[in-house]
Amino acid sequence: MTAGAQASGDLDEMRVSRVTVADVPFLADFSGALFWEEQRLLIVSDLHLEKGSSFAARGVLLPPYDTVATLSRLAAVIARHDPRQVIALGDSFHDRDAHRRLSEPDREALAALQVRRNWIWISGNHDPALPPDLGGVVASEVAIGPIVFRHEPTGASGEIAGHLHPKARVPTRGRSIERRCFASDGERAVMPAFGAYTGGLSIRDVAFARIFGSPGFMAHVLGDNRVHAFAASRCY
Amino acid sequence: MSTLDLFSVAPPDAADLLPRRFRDWFASRGWAPREHQLALLAKAREERSALLIAPTGAGKTLAGFLPTLVELAGAGKEDAPATRATGEQRKALISTGRSVRRSGGLHTLYISPLKALAVDIARNLETPVAEMGLPIKIETRTGDTPVSRRQRQRRYPPDILLTTPEQLALLLASDDAPYLFSSLKRIVLDELHALVTSKRGDLLSLGLARLWAIAPQLRAIGLSATVAEPEQLARFLVPQPGGKSASADVVTAGGAAPPVVEMLDTRERLPWSGHSARHALPEVYELIKRNKTTLVFVNTRSQAEMLFQDLWRMNDDGLAIALHHGSLDVAQRRKVEDAMAAGRLRGVVCTSSLDLGVDWGDVDLVINIGAPKGSSRLMQRIGRANHRFDEASRAVLVPANRFEVLECAVAIDAIAENAQDTPPLRSGALDVLAQHVLGCACGKPFLSDELYAEILTAAPYASLSRTDFDDVVEFVATGGYALKTYERFARIKQDKQGRWRVANPKVRQSYRLNVGTIVEETMLKVRLVRSRAGGTGSTGAIARGGRMLGEIEEVFIEGLVVGDTFVFGGEVVRYEALVEDQVYVSRANDKDAKVPSYMGGKFPLSTYLAERVRKLLDNSRAWNALPDQVHDWLSLQRRFSRVPAVRELLVETFPRGGSHYLVCYPFEGRLAHQTLGMLLTRRLERARARPLGFVANEYALAVWGVGDLSFLIRQGRLDLNALFDPDMLGDDLEAWLAESALMKRTFRNCAIISGLIARRFTDEEKSRRQVLFSTDLIYDVLRKHQADHVLLRTARADAATGLLDLRRLGDMLSRIHGRITHKPLDRVSPLAVPALLEIGRESVYGEASDELLAEAAEELVREAMT
Repeated sequence: MTAGAQASGDLDEMRVSRVTVADVPFLADFSGALFWEEQRLLIVSDLHLEKGSSFAARGVLLPPYDTVATLSRLAAVIARHDPRQVIALGDSFHDRDAHRRLSEPDREALAALQVRRNWIWISGNHDPALPPDLGGVVASEVAIGPIVFRHEPTGASGEIAGHLHPKARVPTRGRSIERRCFASDGERAVMPAFGAYTGGLSIRDVAFARIFGSPGFMAHVLGDNRVHAFAASRCY
Repeated sequence: MSTLDLFSVAPPDAADLLPRRFRDWFASRGWAPREHQLALLAKAREERSALLIAPTGAGKTLAGFLPTLVELAGAGKEDAPATRATGEQRKALISTGRSVRRSGGLHTLYISPLKALAVDIARNLETPVAEMGLPIKIETRTGDTPVSRRQRQRRYPPDILLTTPEQLALLLASDDAPYLFSSLKRIVLDELHALVTSKRGDLLSLGLARLWAIAPQLRAIGLSATVAEPEQLARFLVPQPGGKSASADVVTAGGAAPPVVEMLDTRERLPWSGHSARHALPEVYELIKRNKTTLVFVNTRSQAEMLFQDLWRMNDDGLAIALHHGSLDVAQRRKVEDAMAAGRLRGVVCTSSLDLGVDWGDVDLVINIGAPKGSSRLMQRIGRANHRFDEASRAVLVPANRFEVLECAVAIDAIAENAQDTPPLRSGALDVLAQHVLGCACGKPFLSDELYAEILTAAPYASLSRTDFDDVVEFVATGGYALKTYERFARIKQDKQGRWRVANPKVRQSYRLNVGTIVEETMLKVRLVRSRAGGTGSTGAIARGGRMLGEIEEVFIEGLVVGDTFVFGGEVVRYEALVEDQVYVSRANDKDAKVPSYMGGKFPLSTYLAERVRKLLDNSRAWNALPDQVHDWLSLQRRFSRVPAVRELLVETFPRGGSHYLVCYPFEGRLAHQTLGMLLTRRLERARARPLGFVANEYALAVWGVGDLSFLIRQGRLDLNALFDPDMLGDDLEAWLAESALMKRTFRNCAIISGLIARRFTDEEKSRRQVLFSTDLIYDVLRKHQADHVLLRTARADAATGLLDLRRLGDMLSRIHGRITHKPLDRVSPLAVPALLEIGRESVYGEASDELLAEAAEELVREAMT
């Protein structure tokens, strides 16, 4: 009855579990990406590229390795599923100028990932005006079959969104573990942030209650090597 | 040139050293100057820096200030006329021009670890100054000093300024520091033994180095409790000449009466484990009743809370018993201290918050509940009783369990021998150095070569390598990353002459807000709401609001599961939820809290006492002096299994309730044991012994799992010597550090102290919501992409002695190598019982989060299916 129970057999090999949104089955990857097998579509959200340099400009000299870290994780999940299309679900860049600060190697790494793939940048509140030279196309939202992809969740049925950076704290033996997670009730889903420097918002925050209407939704928690499903009401 | 030989040389002559005015004042009070007070005057006259080692109540503070008072009285030599300018004349000499030499100016700086202490000392100094009519202006400067007075102090400094290490750093980080400090003659460092054991000591040492450069005539007086190596501590007080080591002269105040210490001979049954000593509370209460004023020391804040609550429950006589710990509101603490000073209290339950501070005269008994941890620590606490120097302090030790009886017994022996076990002088941390470098750049621009030479004069940094120094400067400037992309965001920049200065005023502002090395735990607000228990078990969105009860450490809450009960603010509450920085609790009707919240205290059992406990165990004749219950317990252990010899490690394996246990007894303190537990479980996993968890206390470590360990060892499939091989501090350690929550906490502290991450913000920054940043994410990324970064090196150095206690673990593994005795048993041994009883009370560790998450998920599935 829970997705955790379904995550077995060959799915374990792939280190994913299932998340269903409006009857469409997705694979939830432990990296924080969603994969729609039938469409060979991979979705990642909230990459926040160049967040490090954005802070540096304000005098907080965070290690300048977040973009390379995020892109190499993205390359790994792309290698695992070999998608035909990729959707970056908004806030791909931490600020309006962030894309200009991409280093040449990072720019090349990004371009390499886009080869022979449809790449869609959904704009988000951090990157509302993406330039056309990043490769791929820019859109404010995309609909495929019954599913709508947009950055900020509205709670509509069939919606897959990001923006909120859901995380969940799970009680285990003697201590609790806090991780990023997918939040989904079968009708809609909120994706975890993918970026190396992205923090999170507890799924017990009222923001999630507003989207899901009740705590009767699931948290698909990102483990080190697989995804674990919990009723959100059991997390905190 | 060890302890100054007061008596082999001619004894100091009071008439020669003390002006008439002072001699008369002493006489009018019915006092005579003490030998160590005169010795310090003699040192001052010889222009020597000195370390005074003296117990509390020896008139230490007055001794420290006498040279200053005599000099300022203008009568160091009776014939010399007072040369100091009067207030009026001084004002006329004030100039902002730095070249103007003033007479007067700041003469003496006093540094205390506690700002309250600085304020009290200032008050106490006023008495002799007023009674002798000395023309001396004394002021304090703390975080509470109003801005207007601080500004005035810079332009019109007092003769004596009393302050803290952090305020000194702030004063130095300004370009008028040379103006303020060039006249400085003396610096008095109070409670030096306490200051030097932490990063605050590092910060202070760097401040001293700066002062020596500004005021070469400066001489220091350190005031300290008794320490193991006074010579080492005395190095702190003088500039270190490159390559060699220099020390201040050591003056020791003798003559204190040895303390009278005994262990509570309880009529009750001694508990096997736990730390509350609840069994002995009626006896503790009786002791309070029989004495005038009693200090009851415990090791943790929550123990203090619980004990206080329990004592009041039996307080039929309505004795005035108060509570004092670091998490209480400052005003509340001051109220307790004042009531104490006024003699209105019969007892105070307190933590290390009262280890330091002003003398209270009237305390006639100290009770120490639980483990003493170290003999020097205990002696300092006991010294809080009866501050009349020549009378013996009285103390009663109350062990809370059987192992603690052993610890108390050896501590009493150690005190009788006056054996000290204070740690050796630290080597200076690089994150503190980074803070100091930024502070220097906030003041007058500096040249790298000059600053490096200056820093080497600070004892903790005497062996700092040039590479480390350059790395730190680079870190302060641009973050010190191999990928050099932040040049344009640099916080400090070099001018054409190569001098470093801050890049913009915002950097200076941020430095001022974030100075200091005390990183407080992340605190969460605790709010009382109505319970939602008893319903469906599933919880709805949390009702916001609720009465605010206080603040609690985030680490403590992270260990809880919804529904757990704990004591907070004097009542038992039930944990309901955590949302953002708010913890929601409801009132629980339980009388006892499920989670004792014993966080182990800040200090582990000292290596020295541990060694003595091992010797006591190995010497069965000495057991006769122990309480019968403990004697019987050890004898039973000897018959049933074995009592470990001094140098060996006893490892017992046995089955119990479907699991298999391994219990070992290193006696190295809980932090080292926890680290050992983490590493052992990794190795046992590889050996397919399928460990499930472990629990550590100060004396022992218990690991349990599915695999039959006795069988595996007998079959030769598990080799204990290989399991405990020191090579576990290699790859296994590295792999564990990658995910260790303790290591991440250590890194966070370094990131904050070094100034990478701010903890306090300007109002303008506060309006942006995204100022907070998880250092865990930085740790992960930095570790992967630049593993040798200076901050990671700093965190690793901290881990060696801090939360992970790696150095001690390493020493232990080498000590027991090839000396492991294995006892396969068919059931739990008497010695193992206390460790096993901790299971369920203490968190179970194991950082294999995927396994834990999977287990938690399966449990929920089972629940849902049945």
